[in-house]
This record gives sequence, C-alpha cells and structure tokens, in this order.
Amino acid sequence: MATTSVRRRTTLHKPVPPTPDAHDFATRPYDLVREFVLALVAVSMLTTGLAAAFSSPDETAITMRSWAQAAPDDVVATATAELAGTSASATYGPPYNSNAEGQKLLGIPTQKLGGVRIPVDSASLVLQPLAQVAGDPPLRAALARWGAADSTQQQAWATRYADALAKSGGTVPPQVGYGPVPLLASRFLTLARSGGLEGSLTSSGNFYGGDQTRPLLLLSDGAYLEDTARAQQLGGDQWGMMNETGNYPGQPWMWLYTFWYQVKPFSTSDNADAQVWGLMLVLTAGLMFLPLIPGLRSIPRWIPVHRLVWRRYYRAHAAGSGRTSRT
Amino acid sequence: MNAQLRAATAGAAGHPTTSWTTWLRGWVSRLVPPGQALPDRQPTYVVSWIYVFGVLTLAALVVVLASGAVLAAGGVAWWHVSGLGHFVNSLHLWSVELLFAFMVIHLWGKFWMAAWRGQRVLTWVIGVLAFVVSIGTAFTGYLSQSNFDAQWISTQAKDGLNSVGIGAWFNVLNPGQMLLWHVLLLPVAVGVVTVWHVVLVRRHGVVPPFDVEPGD
Amino acid sequence: MTSPSLISAASSGHYVHVGVFTISVTNLLIIVAMIVVFVLALVLPFPGSADVDAHGGDRP
Repeated sequence: MATTSVRRRTTLHKPVPPTPDAHDFATRPYDLVREFVLALVAVSMLTTGLAAAFSSPDETAITMRSWAQAAPDDVVATATAELAGTSASATYGPPYNSNAEGQKLLGIPTQKLGGVRIPVDSASLVLQPLAQVAGDPPLRAALARWGAADSTQQQAWATRYADALAKSGGTVPPQVGYGPVPLLASRFLTLARSGGLEGSLTSSGNFYGGDQTRPLLLLSDGAYLEDTARAQQLGGDQWGMMNETGNYPGQPWMWLYTFWYQVKPFSTSDNADAQVWGLMLVLTAGLMFLPLIPGLRSIPRWIPVHRLVWRRYYRAHAAGSGRTSRT
Repeated sequence: MNAQLRAATAGAAGHPTTSWTTWLRGWVSRLVPPGQALPDRQPTYVVSWIYVFGVLTLAALVVVLASGAVLAAGGVAWWHVSGLGHFVNSLHLWSVELLFAFMVIHLWGKFWMAAWRGQRVLTWVIGVLAFVVSIGTAFTGYLSQSNFDAQWISTQAKDGLNSVGIGAWFNVLNPGQMLLWHVLLLPVAVGVVTVWHVVLVRRHGVVPPFDVEPGD
Repeated sequence: MTSPSLISAASSGHYVHVGVFTISVTNLLIIVAMIVVFVLALVLPFPGSADVDAHGGDRP
C-alpha cells in the first residue's frame, strides 16, 4: 500500500527526471575549429559589408566657440545662472557639491553615498576664465566688485539679471540692481566667441587635458546641448538612450532600461534615475538567476520551442521521447 | 580516478604532493573531462542552426577586438581625421552591433532550451554576466568618441550613475578615465568572463533535449 | 531659454511612433532581422547525415 501511495504522489507532482550527462550520449563528428573559422570569415565579411555600405556617425563636438556663435543668448543666460547659483550643476548635490540632497531610492539618499568627490564650484566656471583675461580694466573692476560683495548680494544681482533676461528674451537695458553681472556675462560671451574658453576649464589641473568635467558641466547647464540632442531624438523622454544621430543604428539592447523613463511614475519623478537603476538591478538579477525562479524557469517546458531545436533527435529516437517520471 | 588524472595530480615520485605547481596542474586538468577541451565529436542531438550563435558571438568579439586594436594604434583622434580611420571605426561599430545581435539570439535559444539544466546554472549566470559586462564596455566606447555623441551621452549618463553614488568614482565626464576603462579594464573583464563561460560549456557538454536518456 | 532655430543642421533619422513607443527605423529593422534570423535558425534544416540520426551515432 505504501508503494501505491508513492506512485500516486509521484503521478500528481510529476517530478522532472534529472538531466543525464551529455557525455553519455552517442556522438558524431563535429569540427569545432572549422566552425569557428567559418564563423570568423562570415562575421568579418558581414562587418566589412555593413561598414562599407552604412559607415558610422561622427558629429563634431560642440565647442564653447560654436555654442557662443549659435546660441549667444544661451551662453549669457547660462553664465548668469552659474553666478546666481541656480544652474543645474550649482544645485546638483554630490558628487559636485553639497547644495542638494540628491536623489533617493526607497527613502535612502543613494546620491550621497559617493560623497562630494568631484568638487566643482559652478560660479568659478565663469569667474576663473574671466580672471585670466589680461588688459581689460573694466573687467578687472567688475571682478573686484563681485569678489568684494557678500554671497547674498551676489545672488541678488545675478538672480535679478537672470529674471530680466528671461522676461526680455535676450537684451536687457542697463539698470541699477544687476551689479557687475551684465558685464561679467557679456565678457564671458566674448571670451567664448574668441575661442579663449577652450581648454581653460580643464579639470586636469595641468597642460594635458583629458578630464572634461568642468567644461561639460558648463555646456550641460545651458540649453543648446540639450536642444541639439532633442532635435535628433536623443532626449531621455524620447527613448534617446536607444538612439543614434541620423539614421545610424543605435543601442537596441538598451530598450528596457530606457522604457521606464517613458512611463509613470518614473517620467514625473524627481528620483527617476535612482529608481530606474534600482529596478533594472532587480530585473537583471532576475535574468541572471532565472534558473532558480520557479515558474519562469518552467516556461520552456510549457511553451515547447525546443521541439523545433531537437526535432530530428526526437524523431530518430521516438521510442524514448516524451517519457516523464520513472517509478 | 583514471591513470591520466592520477599522473596529473601526483608528484614525480607518484605520491600525493604539496607542490603548488602539481596542485594547479591537477586543477586545470580537472576543469574539463579528458578530451573535452577541444572535442572533435558532439552528441547527435547537436544538429540545429540555433547552436551556431555562440560561436558567431565569439567571432564577432574577435572582430571587435581586432578593429579596436587598430583604432587604438591610431590614437584617440585618428578616426576623425583619416578616411581609413573612419572606416575602421565603422568596422568597430558594426561588429559591436553584430556581437549584441548574435549574443541575444544565443540567449533566446538557450532560454527556450532551458540550457541551465543538468548543473549548468553557473553557465547561464556567467553568460548573463558576459552580457552585462559587454554593455558596460560598449557604454565606455560611446563615451570615448570625442564628438557630440560622447558629449551628450556623458552628460546624460552622469545623472544615472550619480543618483546611486557610482559617479563619484566612475566619472563619465572624464574621457581620459573612460578611454582606459574601455580599452583595457573592461575588455579584460569581458575576456575573463567569456573564457569562464566557454570552459563551463566544454566541462558540462551541450545540454541534452528534454526527457531523454542516453540509452534511448 | 532655447534657440531651436540654431540647432545643428544634421538631420534627425526616421522614427516610428506607436503610443508611448518610439523607435528608429534602423533599430526596428535590426530587431525584426534578429527575430527573423532566430526563427529561421529554428526551422531551417541543419546539414548532417540522416544515417547518424537513424543509427544513433557512435557510443562514447
């Protein structure tokens, strides 16, 4: 009676038999090295053909000069925002400064985990290159006036000027209350236009460039970089992470990462980056440990695509296929 | 233990030894069953085009490395100023697209074959790791283009990495750092993970079909 | 403040918009090609002797 109950229990739960050792199966000749060489030749030819037919994109980098020529109002507005401490970099938080808490994931301030390891003073993005300009007494005086004022006064001047710029759409008549800010911003534009800003903001600290942190932060504080990118469908809410300039192939494998930015709650969340990171970490772990996840790991059994893969073997060994448990 | 393995793990006098060399030799020879490192036969169920996508991925990786090596020889700015350099850059881009295409098709095939069966869970895990490390390597490649694309990608990606604290160490706005990760550190990681994956495949052999026995 | 009229002159690629989804034609072609290749790999016959299948190959 014990045997009967065991058999019944076995039939109910249908235990999957252990997978046999692959090395115990009958074999046939298979030339792996020839297969690899053929694959290499095929891929090389395919790559060469695709490269010759479609080439690859190379849109020239935006320089400070080209930015100043294409969007001078944007340069002036950005310089003013840096002085006012209202630019994206100025209010970023770690790793550049402590002016914001940064993003949180499930209430944990994950942005603070790295600390302020890449300190950048946003106002210095404007003031430092200007301080290096020689032979401009009004500029020197403006810099001195700015340096002598306290931070409350500096912020008041710059914010007032920024508001005026935004209202007027570019040109603001001279007025008391803006302090030295209009002159500083205008000289900054002149410096950019002349090419004098290239290389002067390097984070490398010496003659040899290589670390573009400060110029890139300045560039991304403006609107021109983003406007240029959005015109090419590269924006975060345009599935941009998958895309490339022009008609070139992008990064199709980033589809799931960028998908979350297109939908709520992420599309309207201040913590979207941290949240998407956390979610993708979980989903990637799910993919990695899929064999250990009940249900998911059984999908190949429920939807037997494998019957196509092994149809010749199943046909040739029809007597042995489809067997489940052994008693 | 057969004579071959016994010889591999014993010292010169035939006794078990404390030699590190002997231990390592034994460990290496036990990684795959004898004759399975580069076998000239496969189980008779290995007869489907789906099986070629692993080797196609490997072949694409070779082309990626070769085209990358030529770009490295020319230097960071070479492909901007040279027609040949631009062509090599195109080879590098398209071989990467093919690498990911073949890798993902390989993943689809392995999923529908439930290729983690028969003690092959680690093979699957390492395979997904190879995918993830490849994405990271491609990412640093995009950051190393020294053009508009690199400017945009770096200023966007910094937000994702900074939001979880990684950006404090891995500075995507620093092309000097990103290029070295792309050309050395990450390809080494890809290589190690790939070798590990292939050794595991040779060790366990190709996963058998569902519900069959060798004697059938 | 934006200056849309002075954006880089390079043209954007061609895109397909379906609801919340937007994909470039190139990326779409790549994904479709991958699916087609996957299906073909499953259904196309693989070269090899039918004899081996019938006689079960050689025992290890």
